[in-house]
Amino acid sequence: MNFETTIGLEVHIEMKTNSKAFSPAPVQYGSDPNTNTNVVDWALPGVLPTVNKGALEFGMRAALALNCEITRDIHFDRKNYFYPDNPKAYQITQAQTPIGRHGWLEIEVDGQKKKIGIEEMHVEEDAGKNTHSPDGYSYVDLNRQGTPLIEIVSKPDIASADEAYAYLVRLRQIIQFTGISDVKMEEGSMRADVNVSVRPIGSDKLGTKTEMKNLNSFEHVRKGSHYESKRQQRVLMAGDEIRQETRRFDEATGETVLMRVKEGASDYRYFPEPDLPPIHISDDWVQEVKESIPEMPDKRRKRYVEDWGLPEYDANVLTQTKEMSDFFEEAVAQGAEPKLAGNWLMGDVNAYLNANQIGLLDTKLTPEHLATMIKLIQDATISSKIAKKVFKEIIANGSEPKAWVEKKGLVQLSDPAVLQPIIDDVLQNNGKSIEDYKNGKDRAIGFLVGQIMKQTRGKANPKVVNKLLIASLKQL
Amino acid sequence: MAISEDKVAHVAGLAKLAFSKEELQKFTGQMDEIINMVQQLSDIDTTGVKVTTHITDSINTMREDVAVKGTERELLMKNVPEHQDGFIKVPAIIDENEEA
Repeated sequence: MNFETTIGLEVHIEMKTNSKAFSPAPVQYGSDPNTNTNVVDWALPGVLPTVNKGALEFGMRAALALNCEITRDIHFDRKNYFYPDNPKAYQITQAQTPIGRHGWLEIEVDGQKKKIGIEEMHVEEDAGKNTHSPDGYSYVDLNRQGTPLIEIVSKPDIASADEAYAYLVRLRQIIQFTGISDVKMEEGSMRADVNVSVRPIGSDKLGTKTEMKNLNSFEHVRKGSHYESKRQQRVLMAGDEIRQETRRFDEATGETVLMRVKEGASDYRYFPEPDLPPIHISDDWVQEVKESIPEMPDKRRKRYVEDWGLPEYDANVLTQTKEMSDFFEEAVAQGAEPKLAGNWLMGDVNAYLNANQIGLLDTKLTPEHLATMIKLIQDATISSKIAKKVFKEIIANGSEPKAWVEKKGLVQLSDPAVLQPIIDDVLQNNGKSIEDYKNGKDRAIGFLVGQIMKQTRGKANPKVVNKLLIASLKQL
Repeated sequence: MAISEDKVAHVAGLAKLAFSKEELQKFTGQMDEIINMVQQLSDIDTTGVKVTTHITDSINTMREDVAVKGTERELLMKNVPEHQDGFIKVPAIIDENEEA
């Protein structure tokens, strides 16, 4: 029997507002425990939440960027649960009136484009963080409590582990370009719950699904869904049934293991949050938020190709992350030729980032310095060989390229009056090469150029040297 | 009875509360009265009335996204029975619902 796999993803993304979703305490990652909290986050008696307009607008931004319809009349709901990561004993979320519905995004797997539907999106709050200790206690830090989240629920349109991976990559890219989140998996600002089911091909009913919660790596999602799909097929082929259960992805083995069997629907006793009055979103407001959305990667890619003449491939690489794309555009704005700036970023810069395992913004390189260096190459102030040296300096130490080149005496020698005596000198000391040249051995020229470069410690302008050298040889 | 002892025990369980037999009986009776009182609303004809989630006329009450420094940790910790290194210390609850 042949099976088809159905995957649904629920992704939670922390939004980088200044303040929390329902309290004015600061949103900040990595602070001392319990220093970014206030009485509302602690749910002390008598406190009242207020909706952070910025959080709602970030949610609208995400919904619009994912082609959702904005729900115009919304309210918040309470999802009741008891756990020390949230002193209120309920999460404020959107159960009945999600901010966005019926969206989609496009993925590409093996050259095939496919639209994946977005069922709905909720603005809600994150919980605090519990650290379990072997001493029998949990240590609670409420800094994260109340951080605004956008939850993005896909339609069950994803048919393979590779599609799930592509969906997450695309989702991260789009969200990153909206500017509402850093979407850093390693800091937990993007987390995915994965639902997997299989059914015989042709069956119109979805199979029973299992769930993996809080995966914080795309690779785990890929491996986990792949394993889970195969496991379910094995169970069904053996004549057994799939139970509705929560499973954990085990990094070490690449397998999923049973955590608990779900019995009935979770008992969250949702009801409308009475402390927050309803909200109406007008046409004007939607329009205003639409206009605040930064340019999306697709549009940028198109502009790079059409306006700046970049190859499709380059445009695609340069728009993978917002930081790269912003950096590139800033360098161009500073006067760098687009094609050259792109080449440096895709080549030497990316190699440097990979070698050092860091992000672009972790380096000392600025768009201005990159642009200046490119201009120095173009106007022949430095050779491309020297440029490699300059590049190392400006990305590692942040030196201003022009000043550094002058200080280090790396300005290219292009003046024939300076170069000719050096050439004459080299020719005088290499009679053998002159003979070789006369006998038609072109390699001799390369050797002589090398000697001249050695004499000038790499600073001679190769073009000028070539011209002068050939002229000199012809005269001999 | 509008509500059973089992149901009350279930809801108590969700809130991590444990009641004695006597308490359970007493609370079930009290909750039954409350539910019966609220139940009167079901007798009203609500045909054509829009779903009401809030009774306030207030709408779009929001604040701008401006951060205000958190409350002093020392002050907040005054109400915390046990704390250590800035963390709130609670008995470990390895929960079947570890999610939000």
